[in-house]
Amino acid sequence: MDTGMQDISKISKVLIGVVLTILGFLMILPFLWMFLSSFKTSTEISLSQSFWPQHWTIDNYKNLFTNGSFDIYVKNTLIITAASFIGLFLNAMAGYGFAKFDFKGRKFLFMAVLATMMIPGQVTMIPVYLILNQMQLTNTLLGIILPGLVGAFGIFLFRQFMSNIPDSIVEAARLDGAGEWYIFFHLILPISKPVLAVQGILTFIGGWNAFLWPLIIANDQKYYTLSVGLQLLQGQHTSDYGLQMAGSSFMVIPIIIIFIIFQKYILQGFNIQMDK
Amino acid sequence: MVEIKLEHISKKYVGAKGYSVTDFNLKIKDKEFIVFVGPSGCGKSTTLRMIAGLEGITQGGLYIDEKKVNDEAPKDRDIAMVFQNYALYPHMTVFDNMAFGLKLRKYSEVEIEKRVQNAAQILGLADFLKRKPAALSGGQRQRVALGRAIVRDAPIFLMDEPLSNLDAKLRVSMRAEIAKLHRSLKTTTIYVTHDQTEAMTMADRIVVMRDGEIQQVGTPREVYEKPVNVFVADFIGAPATNFFDVTLQDGYVKTEARTFNLAVPEGINKVLKQAGYEGKKLILGVRPEHIHTERAFIETFPSATVKAKVVVSELLGSESILYTKVGDSEFVSKVDARDYLDPDQIVELGFDLNRSHFFDPETKESIL
Ligand SMILES: Nc1ncnc2c1ncn2[C@@H]1O[C@H](COP(=O)(O)OP(=O)(O)OP(=O)(O)O)[C@@H](O)[C@H]1O
Ligand SMILES: [Mg+2]
Repeated sequence: MDTGMQDISKISKVLIGVVLTILGFLMILPFLWMFLSSFKTSTEISLSQSFWPQHWTIDNYKNLFTNGSFDIYVKNTLIITAASFIGLFLNAMAGYGFAKFDFKGRKFLFMAVLATMMIPGQVTMIPVYLILNQMQLTNTLLGIILPGLVGAFGIFLFRQFMSNIPDSIVEAARLDGAGEWYIFFHLILPISKPVLAVQGILTFIGGWNAFLWPLIIANDQKYYTLSVGLQLLQGQHTSDYGLQMAGSSFMVIPIIIIFIIFQKYILQGFNIQMDK
Repeated sequence: MVEIKLEHISKKYVGAKGYSVTDFNLKIKDKEFIVFVGPSGCGKSTTLRMIAGLEGITQGGLYIDEKKVNDEAPKDRDIAMVFQNYALYPHMTVFDNMAFGLKLRKYSEVEIEKRVQNAAQILGLADFLKRKPAALSGGQRQRVALGRAIVRDAPIFLMDEPLSNLDAKLRVSMRAEIAKLHRSLKTTTIYVTHDQTEAMTMADRIVVMRDGEIQQVGTPREVYEKPVNVFVADFIGAPATNFFDVTLQDGYVKTEARTFNLAVPEGINKVLKQAGYEGKKLILGVRPEHIHTERAFIETFPSATVKAKVVVSELLGSESILYTKVGDSEFVSKVDARDYLDPDQIVELGFDLNRSHFFDPETKESIL
């Protein structure tokens, strides 16, 4: 009986492995194809069906920066991403406030924060645009950055995690002579590393991929982000698949690299739990 | 030199219906080891946290060395505290945990190293300094928490049930260790526990609390020998004191159902009579260890004996606990292990009324 069970689980393990490998391969295939195609000339893409490039070239990448304005897009995207990390930090502070400080109206405010999650982004888009317009922030980087700086979901995640940090740790630190900022930076943030990592990655992906809002707010090419610029490639050079593939690869690869590096934290953080 | 004075301190939590601590008065002397003891929810932690500054004081004054500190921040009170759940910083090594408070107070590297090493030596933590708290056993974590308090060399230690997360054996040894530590450091200490054994064994003075009020303050001997009321008599001592509703008559106390009569010693009888209890009801409290099976005792006080039936008996090694019954009254006695008896046997028990307590049935306060 016992060995029978083990046999079954062994077989099923192998089976699951095989299925996952096949699925994984299917997932990766388009990316691989995209990546390889970015090293082909446009003519080769249209005419040949081969998987591997026959003539390796990095002209597509060069073109991104010379014909397209990818240098500007990269700069904008980096600024937006960096700014969203400031937002991440603000989220962490707000989460900490909600988790560990007893102030008047805390419950109400937190509910209000959560309530904003129920409103779809599309609904607020136009009002926010109008507000920004009034503040004369349309067609500026600040206008792109500000609305997404803090978010209910981030605050919520931080609050949940930080609620699990025992009060007594904070109290012990106070008795040890630590000020509130010191406690936040030297205790709360380091202890919250798992959520910080997940939130950091989500923030990075969000900033890096920022598309719709920059598209709405920025009229000027000089405020475009990578995703917006990528979209542009399609319009301007309808047939230049090589260029599009290079642009897409350029966008996706940093995310994949980051994901691979921080994979451990991502899994940890989604399974948020504090040990004592 | 440090003296702590609590004057008429009361605490009402925001949103709470009643007071959690009411009119708490206590003067704590330099180097004293004070234990707050009482059942769960009686306000021990609340009082301790008010002293630490972690909780605001609703009414009254808290003085450290004659200086009113009600409004001082915790860090300015120079108090070290050990928490029940240890409250170690999980991302720091044992060394850094202990050094944390010193770094904040701007001690030199050399001094920090010296103090931490010294504390680690005292507490047997020298081998664990590089570990993180997660890699320590409960007892070791407890030591780190103690270490974090002693490196600071603060004049006041507060401990809130520091041993309650440890297993029974470790608790006993840590208890001795803390007592030893106090003897060598002589830091004024306030220790909170709901375990009366801890209170009895460690305290210079015990503060017995109930429902936010002090019941009695005294040395372990005082609260044991002269409990001021039924609650203290019941709470201090294990197994708990037996209480009987009795009537005093002609030098005897008789139980309600007249199941047994006990002769009251001359002196005590006189005092009780003077207090006007002749023919009146009383509560008699007799500790299990003051009920005897020795022949010699029974022969000396033949009119203070009772024949009872054993209901349950426990052999604890050197002594045995007999749960016995006479008529409707049940009571517990702690006797020598030789006098262990199986259930259903009849045993003759002698009550040591000289060491018993008499309480007023209305006020529940001690008469003698
Ligand atoms: N933050 C709070 N808000 C409202 N009431 C509280 C709060 N903390 C404690 N209390 C109440 O105050 C009373 C005293 O609590 P306290 O924690 O001081 O008890 P304790 O003697 O330490 O008990 P234990 O032995 O269980 O730790 C309790 O009735 C408790 O419910
Ligand atoms: Mg408590």
